[in-house]
Amino acid sequence: MNAKKAKEDVIHFIFLILGLIAVGSVLVITIYLIISGLPAIREIGLVDFLFGKRWASTAAEPEYGILPFILTSIYGTAGAIIIGVPIGFFASVYLAKMAPKKVCQVMELCIGVLSGIPSVVYGLVGMLILVPGIMNMFNVPDGASLLAAIIVLAIMILPSVIKVSLSSLQAVPREYEEASLALGATTTETYFKVTVPAAKSGIFTAIVLGIGRAIGEAMAVMMVAGNVANMPGLFQSVRFLTTAVASEMSYSSGLQRQALFSIALVLFFFIMLINATLMLIKKRSQSI
Amino acid sequence: MIQQLSNRRKAWGYMMKTFCYVSIAVVSALTLFMIFYIFYKGLPEITWSLVSTSPSYLKHTIGILPDIMNTLYVVIATLVMVLPIGVGAAIYLTEYAKNRKIVELIEFAAETLSGIPSIIYGLVGMLVFCQFLGLQTSLLAGSMTLVIMNLPTILRTTQEALKTVPQSYREGAFALGAGKWRAIRTVVLPSCINGIVTGCILAIGRILGESAALLFTTGFAHNLNGFFEGLRSSGATLTVALYVYAKEQGEFEVAYAIAAILMVLTIIINIATTLMGRLMERRNGQ
Repeated sequence: MNAKKAKEDVIHFIFLILGLIAVGSVLVITIYLIISGLPAIREIGLVDFLFGKRWASTAAEPEYGILPFILTSIYGTAGAIIIGVPIGFFASVYLAKMAPKKVCQVMELCIGVLSGIPSVVYGLVGMLILVPGIMNMFNVPDGASLLAAIIVLAIMILPSVIKVSLSSLQAVPREYEEASLALGATTTETYFKVTVPAAKSGIFTAIVLGIGRAIGEAMAVMMVAGNVANMPGLFQSVRFLTTAVASEMSYSSGLQRQALFSIALVLFFFIMLINATLMLIKKRSQSI
Repeated sequence: MIQQLSNRRKAWGYMMKTFCYVSIAVVSALTLFMIFYIFYKGLPEITWSLVSTSPSYLKHTIGILPDIMNTLYVVIATLVMVLPIGVGAAIYLTEYAKNRKIVELIEFAAETLSGIPSIIYGLVGMLVFCQFLGLQTSLLAGSMTLVIMNLPTILRTTQEALKTVPQSYREGAFALGAGKWRAIRTVVLPSCINGIVTGCILAIGRILGESAALLFTTGFAHNLNGFFEGLRSSGATLTVALYVYAKEQGEFEVAYAIAAILMVLTIIINIATTLMGRLMERRNGQ
């Protein structure tokens, strides 16, 4: 009897360890990023690092200012949200409320495929269609620009925005809509003035998730944004926080390498901010 | 007499409906364009010699067989490691955990992990697995990085599946004298195998599409190796190879060919998850 109990305890303990691996991973990632990111910030100075306008890591007198990267990431994400969220929002309202069942099924498969396409494939298509397209359409010397990155990011966040808002719209109780219809509202009015407000927190979650995806995307952006450390401008060749890390990592050394880890730390900080926002939305929608 | 809607209300309704139709048209056009454009450009480039040889500098030919094999190795190695951890963690959360605090902590950690961008995984994977654990840039280091990335996916799908197993199954097993572990192994796990398979398919999809996390952890080599030798050496997966061929070598035909292969795999994976979902619904409905 005792042996059996001991065996059960051991198994319980093993499962506990397996469960704690996730916790351990989060800790290791956080600690490693902080340890390897802080030295460069200390050497360069926090203000110079965060608000320095020039990044010249390989120059004779290197400068490490990452304001261009931070602003590019913010502008790029904002642009992707401004284009992607309205399209995703209206598409999800259509799918949740107006679409025939067959259309809905086909579109769900489409959105699944769209979200499953690897980011390098988006990058490839962007690089060979979007970049030359922008070059010809706006008569700029190089199409690899912030605009190209914004469009690619907008397309890449679409599926997750649609999926999350769709499921929250579908979860709205049918009675709400029936009440609104009974009071004389048209169906369209009901969908937009009753169903959508009721699914508000889910739609917010979708937007915040979109922000997280856009700010963390590296490969597709690297292929279309041109990768020069300019201050952001719509037709400038720019570098995001993610691409700043990825593009110099392979040949960096010394302070330059440490500065790259510091950039990753800044990116991680942004992501944690987004995670905290998500938790807050979740908590508030649960408490109501 | 039926009162007519005011013009303003009518116009507003039409406008909103138009927005909806335009948006869905944009989404479907984008999907169709991506699928057909990639196939149109990529399928003609896929030749037998491309998929069955290694690249040769002497003959100036490009082959992607090593990249295909590397991708396969990474998928296998990652699944072998992530399945026990993810399923185990899910079992702990649903079957064993009594302390609310620990459950919340683990769920919080999993949620945080799923929000971290892949480039950060790549960076930390390089620091921890390649340098600290001394694995160098190798497929094994890349797989271990992907294990942590995919842990939340496996954990969540398994947890959902475990929750749908009726409590009476467990009670039945206990009543027959089974211990907790035996009940889980022989009754609970087999009845949620669909959920675990779905998790695996989702994870395979993520592994196939991943590139940023692998750039610094698996490297770019194109050598053909056996499984165990491959794990110890550096090698590009299909996505990384696509990136290198397109961005650094300007070999767009090869890049399109790889893109077409990846597209086929993406579509297969999506159909598989949809089918699994339907299967599970049918089973739960009974």
